[in-house]
Amino acid sequence: MCTTCGCSKDAKATITKFKGTKSLLLKPAGSFALKPVEDPNRVHLEIKILAKNDEIAAKNRSYFQTHQILALNLMSSPGSGKTTLLERTIRELKGQLLIQVIEGDQETTNDAERIRATGCPVVQINTGAGCHLEAKMLSEGISALAPSNNSIVMIENVGNLVCPSLFDLGEKAKVVILSVTEGEDKPLKYPYMFKNADLMILNKIDLLPYVQFDMAKCVEYARQVNPKLRIIKLSATKGEGVDERYSWLRKEGSSLGIVPIKNPSNRPGTHLWTNL
Amino acid sequence: MHELGITQEIVEILSLRANELQPNARIKRVVLEIGKLSAVLPDAIRFCFDLCTEGTPVEGASLQILEPQGQARCRLCKSEMLFEQPFGECVCGGIDLEWLSGGELRIKEMELE
Repeated sequence: MCTTCGCSKDAKATITKFKGTKSLLLKPAGSFALKPVEDPNRVHLEIKILAKNDEIAAKNRSYFQTHQILALNLMSSPGSGKTTLLERTIRELKGQLLIQVIEGDQETTNDAERIRATGCPVVQINTGAGCHLEAKMLSEGISALAPSNNSIVMIENVGNLVCPSLFDLGEKAKVVILSVTEGEDKPLKYPYMFKNADLMILNKIDLLPYVQFDMAKCVEYARQVNPKLRIIKLSATKGEGVDERYSWLRKEGSSLGIVPIKNPSNRPGTHLWTNL
Repeated sequence: MHELGITQEIVEILSLRANELQPNARIKRVVLEIGKLSAVLPDAIRFCFDLCTEGTPVEGASLQILEPQGQARCRLCKSEMLFEQPFGECVCGGIDLEWLSGGELRIKEMELE
């Protein structure tokens, strides 16, 4: 499917006068129903356009459930600190939870190399011109990674706050990472991403004294878009707040029956380290 | 953004279905439903449509796009409202909304020659 980004560059953008986020009271909504079909050449289809992706995502989800794997779809703009957070999480939870990574980037294997340096099983998916991961790409990534049972698979999506929100991969939860250097209004600017997320990680909080970022406003905007959004504030480089993230991971994992590793020396996965 | 890929998917589904119904069939008209809150731009789909249909059974077909508005029900007071964005506030102040329409991304109908 979508392998080329930027196709809408010549299309007319929607220009909207600023109206705030207040609702419009409902007018008669009008009917979109079509007239009864009599012409035999007219065929009612009612097919979901993303049905094929959703079907593969459902298969991925069922694979993860069967194998007791917690799959997390990590999404953010480029440079928010996804890989740094992953590196720290893998290092600090080593011997407790088995983590494996599927890296998505347009080009290079740089991020996978960084993950591999931590000793974690990893595969890299390069999407070429593609601006997001799709369920089929993940399915191929799973085949290459062959993740161990009773583990966590972190899927690092392509850095982009728009397109990845549209494509279900089969994950258990969507995690959006926003760093304080990006501006507090991102949840309102990219509402689809934040609306569909289960958890928002506010990263780089150690930089708060040096940037103009209104934390309270950011939380307010995020909850406006997604009232049930769980929010964790942390610094992936300094370590502040990461324990809350680990508790969340353990809780999500235990809800799937994933148990902490009792004997780290016997943990599986070592043979997979060269999967790159 | 993602509209080219989505248009390619639409053309693929249509070509397959048309061929299943009638080998070598040609499609004259296509009706899509793209909700105003689906994060897909109808204009971008129209732009890609002619390109993507070239050499397929859909080539030359007219394209009609229905754009259902974003409609939601407040879980607090049960009022129903229209929204121009995928979030918002009810007149009662509630922000917990049940979305009724606006997210559609469907091929509704096709007409064969």
